[in-house]
Amino acid sequence: MTKKYNSSYPDDHGRFGDFGGRYVPETLMPLVLELEQVWKKAKTDPAFIEQMDGYLKDYVGRPSAIYHAERLSEHFGGAKIWFKRDELNHTGAHKINNCLGQVLLAKRMGKTRVIAETGAGQHGVATATVAARFGLECVVFMGATDIERQKPNVFRMKLLGAKIVPVTSGTGTLKDAMNEALRDWVTNVDDTFYVIGTAAGPHPYPEMVRDLQSVIGREAREQILQREGRLPDACVACIGGGSNAIGLFYPFLDDKQVRLIGVEAAGKGLQTTKHAASLSGGKPGILHGNRTYLLQDDDGQIADAHSISAGLDYPGIGPEHSYLHDIGRVEYLSATDQEALDSFQLCTRLEGIIPALEPAHALARVGDLAKELGNNGLIVMNMCGRGDKDVFAVAGHLGIEI
Amino acid sequence: MSINRISNAFAKRTANNQSTFIAYMMAGDPDLAISRELLLGLPDAGADIVELGMPFSDPVAEGLTIQQAAQRSLLADTKMAGVLSLAKDFRKAHPDTPLILMGYANPVHHMGWQVFAKAAAKAGVDGMIIVDLPPEESDPFAKALTENDIALIRLIAPTTVGERLPKVLSGVSGFVYYVSVTGVTGDAVPDATEVANAVQNIKLHTDLPVAVGFGVRTPQTAQIIANCTDGVVVGSAIVATMHKTGVKAAFELVKKLADATHCKT
Repeated sequence: MTKKYNSSYPDDHGRFGDFGGRYVPETLMPLVLELEQVWKKAKTDPAFIEQMDGYLKDYVGRPSAIYHAERLSEHFGGAKIWFKRDELNHTGAHKINNCLGQVLLAKRMGKTRVIAETGAGQHGVATATVAARFGLECVVFMGATDIERQKPNVFRMKLLGAKIVPVTSGTGTLKDAMNEALRDWVTNVDDTFYVIGTAAGPHPYPEMVRDLQSVIGREAREQILQREGRLPDACVACIGGGSNAIGLFYPFLDDKQVRLIGVEAAGKGLQTTKHAASLSGGKPGILHGNRTYLLQDDDGQIADAHSISAGLDYPGIGPEHSYLHDIGRVEYLSATDQEALDSFQLCTRLEGIIPALEPAHALARVGDLAKELGNNGLIVMNMCGRGDKDVFAVAGHLGIEI
Repeated sequence: MSINRISNAFAKRTANNQSTFIAYMMAGDPDLAISRELLLGLPDAGADIVELGMPFSDPVAEGLTIQQAAQRSLLADTKMAGVLSLAKDFRKAHPDTPLILMGYANPVHHMGWQVFAKAAAKAGVDGMIIVDLPPEESDPFAKALTENDIALIRLIAPTTVGERLPKVLSGVSGFVYYVSVTGVTGDAVPDATEVANAVQNIKLHTDLPVAVGFGVRTPQTAQIIANCTDGVVVGSAIVATMHKTGVKAAFELVKKLADATHCKT
């Protein structure tokens, strides 16, 4: 049964129902509480809003277009498919919407150094970009495995002046990069701002990242109303931590007639242990500052996630998604590595848009949905990143040497 | 009974104008059997209180030494049940030495706050430190611990200042654990003057003993820190010695650290 969505969440404890919170070591607690106050003030401060809007327009290139993917719509046969084109943003993904806000906040708090974790490298590149623009020292933590599969982004970050710290602990992926970023933050708490890349972490991060990414949904809502004269039947987005998805969904949460669909990474299949679908295959637990669904073993040790997409390769998910899952407001599906690879190629051939492997997961479910909704249906999918960073990895999977 | 065990351990040293020595080790490193040997021998080597680390896959406040110890322990398939069985063996062998479990929230949360507190009490555990469970999140576990007469030991950091300090101290029992540096375990060496000031400040708000940890590695540092506090915690140095040279070398180090801590100047 669907419970009513509570739009005032998070509450004063940083909770979305039973999820969220502030599970951090005491050293960080005062800073996290300060950040909450600073964010509360900034988000309603006209000067901050004006500053954000200015950079979003002139530096990021917003609003991003909404585009009727005509040939894909024809190919699937059914609903009309629209892409919200956040891959056209400066740096090639939705990540910069969030980085811009957090770096401006860091400046406001007088911090001189920003740190970030990154999986696919998109968040690292976006943070390094904005840090370069505002003259802040930038250190990016990246799993050694990810450095190997995302070489172009690693070089881009270096060009932008960021220091890359390879993380070898654990499986050397996003979760381990986040552990190491937290360790750095505990150590350099005085001068450092941690720019978290997804709608997870201790309160106020899930709320702050959601608010900053909601620009996607606000624009999409206005654009589709203008183009089609009505709201879509469904919005679809891929989910790792879930920042692009919550950004698209949030402005539609009160529109009960709009189905919201998140697509997790099923890796080699949900029946295997090699996937990254925290909602479909996990249980509530505590990691990286919040209580949320996590992939974990029978003894509460965090399991390693797997996905072809480095950006989805995370054993947790933002706490607001856990809440939306439990109340039934958002449907959470999944797509496998192979389905993402197929969609990646299909989109490239039919639309001339090379999607990142992350939104290729969303696209894999859009096909089924288009058929289900039929000819009068309307779908908005968040094309949250471009696939240039993935061409080497995809070539590898297709057995092609370049 | 349990919380008294902790107070008694501090009182005994304080009566002789000495600081209390607290030794940390990782349960299951490199496996349960060898870590049992270390655990059971720590009191005779000089530890007044023992802190037993519960391994966790993602220990965000630990330096490399303790991270790797946790990894070795998990690779040897250490389970929470195994950690509790070590505690039980310890209690049987040492009826009076306090035993504290230290770790991260998820494995405990996974078992259930209540279930865990009950099992820990049954195993003879006296106190709990959960690094990522600040006062804002600790109510359900604190309640479960109180019902089972287990102390909830909280960390106070150099960043815990102003109005926050009395607030964090208000729910503490057993002793206060002051984190001497902003950083991870086994990292920077604490500044003695800063530590002394912080401990003085904490004592304005609580009558409980204050122990200092993070960054204390040598008998020299232990003695300097012992001079300005009620207790000294050493972890990484013991874990590293155990890993590199074995149980016997770890006991020798513990003896030196304990002697230094007990020798207040």
